Amino acid sequence: MWAIDPRRTSSAKFADAWLGLNVGTDIALANGVAREIIHTGLVNEEFIENATEGYEEFKTHVEPWTLDVTSEVTGIPSEAIADLAHGYATAPTAQILWTLGITEHHTGVDNVLALSNLALLTGHIGRPGSGLVPLRGQNNVQGGGDMGALPNKLPGFQDVDDDNIRARFEKAWKAEFTGEHGLNLTEMFEAMEQDTLRAVWVIGENPADSEADVKHARAMLERLEVLVVQDVFMTRTAQMADVVFPAALGWAESEGTATSSERRVQRIRAAVPPPGQAKQEIEIISEMAKRLGSTTWGDPTPQELWDELRSLSPMHGGMSWERLEAEGGIQWPCPDEDHPGSLFLHGRLWERPISGRRAPFSCVEHRPPVDELNAEFPIRLTTGRVLDSYNTGVQSGKFDSPIRSGDALEISSEDAAMLNIVDGETVRVSSRRGSILMRVKTDAELQVGLAFTTFHFPELVDINQLTSDATDSKSGTGEFKAAAIKIEKIESMANV
Amino acid sequence: MNEIPVGAPRSQIEVQIDGKQVKAVEGATILNICQKEGIDTPTLCWAENLTPVNVCRVCVVEVEGSRTLVPSCSRPAEDGMVISTDSDRVRKSRKLVFELLDSSVDMDRSTTEVKEWMEHYEVDSSRMGSKNEIATVAQPPKIQDSLYVRDYERCILCYKCVEACGEDAQYTFAIATAGRGFDAHISTEFDVSLPDSACVYCGNCIGVCPTGALVFKTEHDMREEGTWDEETQEVTTTVCSFCGVGCNLELHVQDEKIVKVTSPADHSVTSGHLCIKGRFGWQHVQS
Amino acid sequence: MSDLKFGTEEPTAEEKTAIDELLSEIGPAEIKLDERFVVSGRTRVKDRRRLLLPALHELQNTSGWISPGGLNYACKVLGIPPAEAYGVATFYHLFSHESPEAKDLIHVCDDVACRLFGAETLIEDLKDSGHKVKPSPCLGQCERAPSVLIQRTNKKDLTAVAESNNSLTAVNIEQVLTSETLTPQMTVPQKGSEGLSLLSRVGVVDPESIEGYMKFNGYDALKKALTIGPDKVIEEVTTSKLSGRGGAAFPTGVKWRAVADQVGRPRHLVCNADESEPGTFKDRTIMEGDPFALIEAMTIAGFSIGAEQGWLYLRGEYPVAAERLENAITESRKNGFLGENIAGTEFNFDIHLYKGAGAYICGEETALFNSIEGFRGEPRNKPPFPTTHGLFGEPTAINNVETLVNVLSILTLGGDKYAMQGTGNSTGTRLFCLSGRVVNPGVYEHPFGITLREVIETAGGVVNSKKIKAILLGGAAGSFVTSNYLDLPMTLEDTREAGVSLGSGVVMVFDESDDLPDTVRRIAQFFRDESCGQCVPCRVGTVRQEEVLARFTRNAPFDTDEELLEDLSVVMKDASICGLGHTASGAVLSAINLGLLERTR
Repeated sequence: MWAIDPRRTSSAKFADAWLGLNVGTDIALANGVAREIIHTGLVNEEFIENATEGYEEFKTHVEPWTLDVTSEVTGIPSEAIADLAHGYATAPTAQILWTLGITEHHTGVDNVLALSNLALLTGHIGRPGSGLVPLRGQNNVQGGGDMGALPNKLPGFQDVDDDNIRARFEKAWKAEFTGEHGLNLTEMFEAMEQDTLRAVWVIGENPADSEADVKHARAMLERLEVLVVQDVFMTRTAQMADVVFPAALGWAESEGTATSSERRVQRIRAAVPPPGQAKQEIEIISEMAKRLGSTTWGDPTPQELWDELRSLSPMHGGMSWERLEAEGGIQWPCPDEDHPGSLFLHGRLWERPISGRRAPFSCVEHRPPVDELNAEFPIRLTTGRVLDSYNTGVQSGKFDSPIRSGDALEISSEDAAMLNIVDGETVRVSSRRGSILMRVKTDAELQVGLAFTTFHFPELVDINQLTSDATDSKSGTGEFKAAAIKIEKIESMANV
Repeated sequence: MNEIPVGAPRSQIEVQIDGKQVKAVEGATILNICQKEGIDTPTLCWAENLTPVNVCRVCVVEVEGSRTLVPSCSRPAEDGMVISTDSDRVRKSRKLVFELLDSSVDMDRSTTEVKEWMEHYEVDSSRMGSKNEIATVAQPPKIQDSLYVRDYERCILCYKCVEACGEDAQYTFAIATAGRGFDAHISTEFDVSLPDSACVYCGNCIGVCPTGALVFKTEHDMREEGTWDEETQEVTTTVCSFCGVGCNLELHVQDEKIVKVTSPADHSVTSGHLCIKGRFGWQHVQS
Repeated sequence: MSDLKFGTEEPTAEEKTAIDELLSEIGPAEIKLDERFVVSGRTRVKDRRRLLLPALHELQNTSGWISPGGLNYACKVLGIPPAEAYGVATFYHLFSHESPEAKDLIHVCDDVACRLFGAETLIEDLKDSGHKVKPSPCLGQCERAPSVLIQRTNKKDLTAVAESNNSLTAVNIEQVLTSETLTPQMTVPQKGSEGLSLLSRVGVVDPESIEGYMKFNGYDALKKALTIGPDKVIEEVTTSKLSGRGGAAFPTGVKWRAVADQVGRPRHLVCNADESEPGTFKDRTIMEGDPFALIEAMTIAGFSIGAEQGWLYLRGEYPVAAERLENAITESRKNGFLGENIAGTEFNFDIHLYKGAGAYICGEETALFNSIEGFRGEPRNKPPFPTTHGLFGEPTAINNVETLVNVLSILTLGGDKYAMQGTGNSTGTRLFCLSGRVVNPGVYEHPFGITLREVIETAGGVVNSKKIKAILLGGAAGSFVTSNYLDLPMTLEDTREAGVSLGSGVVMVFDESDDLPDTVRRIAQFFRDESCGQCVPCRVGTVRQEEVLARFTRNAPFDTDEELLEDLSVVMKDASICGLGHTASGAVLSAINLGLLERTR
C-alpha cells in the first residue's frame, strides 16, 4: 500500500510508503509515473494493443515528464516516483483509490483521467482486485447519480438528450420533457448572479456553509426571489429560506435504498417516527407535484417507486425489493433477476476481441491551482475531514466525542517558528476572498508551507470564507483543496 | 501476466459427532459442525467475526484418542474424528469452568445465551467460598468519557475486545492484556485513561463483549436508573449515512428512542464492526 | 505499520542510547528517506517485533524499571503499539513498573527447597538492613539453599551463593554486592569421575576457553556431523533412542526428522534453556560448566534439520550462564564454528541468545516462541505443532539443553553404542538434581535404571540419617512419593507404570521434621503465580487450588475441599491449554493421597 497525500494521514501511516506531493500536482505525478512505466518496459502490451486507443499519442504526451521534472513539480524525490511506478506496474493486481483530494480541484476531471491512464497502461482494470476506485463521502452519493440527480442524465446514467430513452420515460411518467441539460451547482450560482435562476428548492444540503467562497454563495442565496429548503435541521441555509419543509431523516426515519461506493444497493429502513410535522420526502415531493397541478403523480410507496426505477433503468432491472431484503445488498449492473450483481466493472476490456469501444488514453496537462501562491499569500491551505466528524457538523456535532479535535488550523512547526506563533495561539488567516480568526495547532509532520483544517465547525470557524471559488469546467466542482492564504500573528487581541 | 490465485477446491471429510455420521468441508472447525448440526455449544471467547483464541474453554469437546478435551472453536475437524459433545467429562469441564468464572466475576449482565448455558450446566460456585473470602476481580467501573463504561469486575478476559481493537477489526491497539495469571487484565499502556490512549471510540470492543463489562454509557446509565428494558426494544437494520462504505446499522429502539447501535456480524460490509460516527452519530435523530 | 498513537513521555539519554544500539544493525521500523518520502509498512514492523524483549531488558538494566518514556521510545522505533508493549512488559517478574527505590533489587528464593533452609528469615534480615527485597520462585540454585539473585541498575546482575545449605546470610550478600563478582554455582560432586558423559567436562575444563574445550574433544562431534551429513546424523540420533529430557520424553530423532522433512523455509532450531521447574538446576550446571558443548550441540541440530538460525532461550535468572554462553558464541564464531561456511563447509548457522525475564510459563515451547517473537508468553493451542508451525510460524525443532548435549556423545560413540546404556527405551544417562535433606546436594549423572534409593545414597543419603517423609520427584509439575518408592528403577517405563514422572530429574528429599502442608501450599502458590492467565481453568483454577491449600495449612478446610481439589485437578488437566494447567495439581493431589497434608507437629 502506497499513500500519496500532501499530509501524512492515518492511512499514510498504515502504508508501506508515503509520498508527500505538493497540493495540486496529481497530474504531474501520474504523467511522470506513466513515463517511467513506459521507459522501463513495464507496460501491459497485450492490453494496450487490444483494449485501448491513443497510446502512441499519450506516449509522446508524457515524454517531457522525466523523473527529474516530475520530482521538481511534485516535490517528491525521483527514486520514490520510480519505486511507485515499478511497484504499481509489477503488482499482480493493483487498485488506485481516491477521494475528494483528487476531485475537488479545478482539474478534478483531468486528475481522474490521469489516474485512468495508469490503469490502462498496466491493465489493472476489469479484473478482481484491480481497478479505479473513487470512495464516496456519503451513503448515497452514488445512488443520487444512479437516480439521475445530474444535469444531463436520467436514472441509470441514461442520456437525457437521447430521444428513444426520453420517449420511454415520457411514456412511463405520462409527461413530456425536453432533452435540455440542467445546471450543475456552480452554474446555478452563476445563474443566480445573472438573475436567470430566481427560485431554488434545496433538499438536504447546506450550501450557505459548505460552498467554497461562502460569502459569495450566501449573497447569491440572499438575492433569490424564492428559497425553499427541505431538511431535517434548521441549517444556516434553512434559516435563510422563505419556506422550510421539515423532512424525515433518510437513514433512520424512512424506507428506501442507498447505494454505496461499491455500487451496492441496500435497503434503508425507518427505526423511529419523524418528529413533529416532519414528513417523508416522497410525500413532500408528491404533495408539491399535486399543488403544481399533476394529476398522475399519486401517492407512491417507496417500493412502487423502486419498481418503476427497475422498469426504466436496465442496470437495476434484476434488483427486486425481495432480493434486496434477502441478499443484504446487490451491486449494479444487475440486469435480470437471475443475475448475481457485479463485483467489478469493465471486464469487457479483457474480452478478445474486445466488445464495445476501446478505452481511450487521455492526454491531460498539469495545471497548478488557480489560487496562486505569492509573497502576500505564501501558504497553501487544504481542507478535509477528520474521523469523528462529518461535513458541516450538523449531524456529527450532536454527540460528545472524546477525540474531537476542534477547529484548529494545522501548520508545520517550521512555519509556526518563522511566524513566531506557538501551538494554541489565535491568528488571523486571510485569503484573497476573506479573513477569519483561527486557533493554530502545530504539527511536526506537516510540510512546510502547507496548512490544513477541517470544515466541520462552520459556526466556530467560517473556513469557506477563505476557500477558492475556482471550479472544474467539466464537473463544476469547486477547488476546495487548494487556497492561497497568509497567516498573521495578532500582536494584541485589542486590535482584533 | 499473473493469474488470479484461486484456492484449491476443498475436499469433504466425514466425522462422527455424538454417534451420528456427518459430512463437512475440510477446514471446518468442530464448532462449525456443531452449529450446523444444531448442537448447542457454549462459547464465550468465540465470535464469528473474530479469530478464535480458545481461551475460555467452555466449548471443549471430547475427541477420541486425545488425552485432553479439545476446544471446538479452533480445532479443525479431521476425517474420521469421533467427537462427543455431551459426555460426563465434557459436562464436568464446562460446568466447572463456568463456576470458576462465576466465583470470580460478576456475570449478572451476561448475554441471555450465556445465562442460559449457566443454567443448563447447573452452575453453582458457592463451594469455592463466599466472594468476600476468595479472590475476585471486584473493582469500581471506569467511566472516563461520555461514550464508554468499562466495568472490569464483569470481565472474564475473553480477549474479544483486544482482538476487535487490534488485527481483527480496528487496528488501533489501544488495549491489550497486561499483567499475568489472575492479575491479568485488559489495560491501556500504564493504565492511562481511554481518552489519552489510542482509542478511536469505534465501539467495536463493546460490540463483542459477552458479559456487559464493556457497555455504551447510554446503556450503563439506563441500567443504573433501572430503565433499560431489552424486551421492549426493537431492532431495525438500516444503512449508515456518514460515508460511502455502506455499513449496516442495527438501531436498537426503546420508547421511540435509539438506545444502542450495533452492526450485524454476518454482513460482508462490516462483519459487525463500525466507526465512531456510525456507532454514536445518531444523537441528531432525537435532538 | 499502523497509525499508532504514542505517549508524550521522553526517554532518558541513557535509555535512548541503549535502544539505539540494539537497533544499530536492523534500523527502526520507520525510515524517513526524505521529508516527502517515508517507508514503513507492516513487513518492516514484523521484522522488529522480536527486539521487544531485548529492548525491555535494556530499559530495565538502564533505569531499574520500564519507564513510560523508555517504553514509549522503544515502541516508536520498533513500531509496536504501547498498550501491547506494556502488556508484554507486565508479563515478566523481572521487569519493574515503578520508579526504583534502590539500585539493587534482591530476589530471594522462597520456593520449596529454599524455604527449608531459612529463606524467610533471610528475607526479613535483608529487609531489616534496608534492602529492597522480592520473594522469588525457584532460582535454580537449590543445592545451596537459600539462593539469591541481585538485579542491579546499570550493572551486571549477580547471584549470591554460600558454601553449603542454610549458610547464606545478609552479611554474605553485602560482601557479594561489594565485590561484584559473578559466582558460578556448579555443584557436581561426581566431578572428574570415570564414566561421566554429560558432566565429563564440568568442573574440569575452563568454561571460558575454546582451546580448553577443544582439548577435551570439543567440536569433534560437529566435524563428524559435517562429514556424515544431516540425514545420517538424524539416523544416529534415532538409533540412539534419545528422548527429550525436558519432561515430555519425546523421541528426538522423530522430532528432527519431522522438521527436516518440512518443505517450509526458513526452519529454526530452538534450545529451551528456560529451566524454571522448581528443584531443577541441571541445565544451568551444564551451561555454566560446559557452555561450548551446548553451542556445538545446537549447531549439529541446526545442521541436521536444515536450519540457519538457532535461538537459545535462557532463563533470565542465570546471569553466569548468560555470560559464559555469550562468550562461547563469540569464541565459536571467531573460530569458524558459527556463522558462514562453518568449518570450511557450505553450512551457515548462527545463534541468537535470548534472555527470559522471569516467567516459568516460557519454558512451555509455544509460550517460549511467543516470548522470543515479542509477544506475551502465552502458550498457543496445539495442533498445529512446532514441527510445522513453530517460531515465527515456521518449522521448528525445540529441544532442552540436556537433550541436545547428549547428541555429542551419540555422534562420538555412534547411536548403537549409546543405546546400550540404560534400559529398553530409556537409553543413555540422565541428570538428577538432588536437593533438600541429602548430605551432598548437587547434579548427578546416572544411567537410566538406577533405583531411587541408589540415587539418594550416591548423594550421601539423608542428613543425620533421618527418616524420609517424602520425596518430590520430577519437580513441582511432578509428584510426591514416599520411601515405598525407593526401589523404583529410574526409567521412563517404570516411573510411568508407577504413575509418577522423572520430569526434569528433580529428587528433593524431605525428612520427618519438614512442614509438608506448607511445602504443598507453596507449590500451589507457585502455579498460581506462574499461570499466564490466558485460559480460565488454569487462571482461576490455580487460585482456587491455592485457597484450598491455604485453608489446609490453617487447619480449616471446608468439608467439600478435597472433592473440590479433585474436580479442579480433573478440569485443569482436561480443559487447560498447556502443560502448566495439566500438571498444576499433580503434586498437590499426590500429597493428599499420601496423607501429607495432615499436620504431624
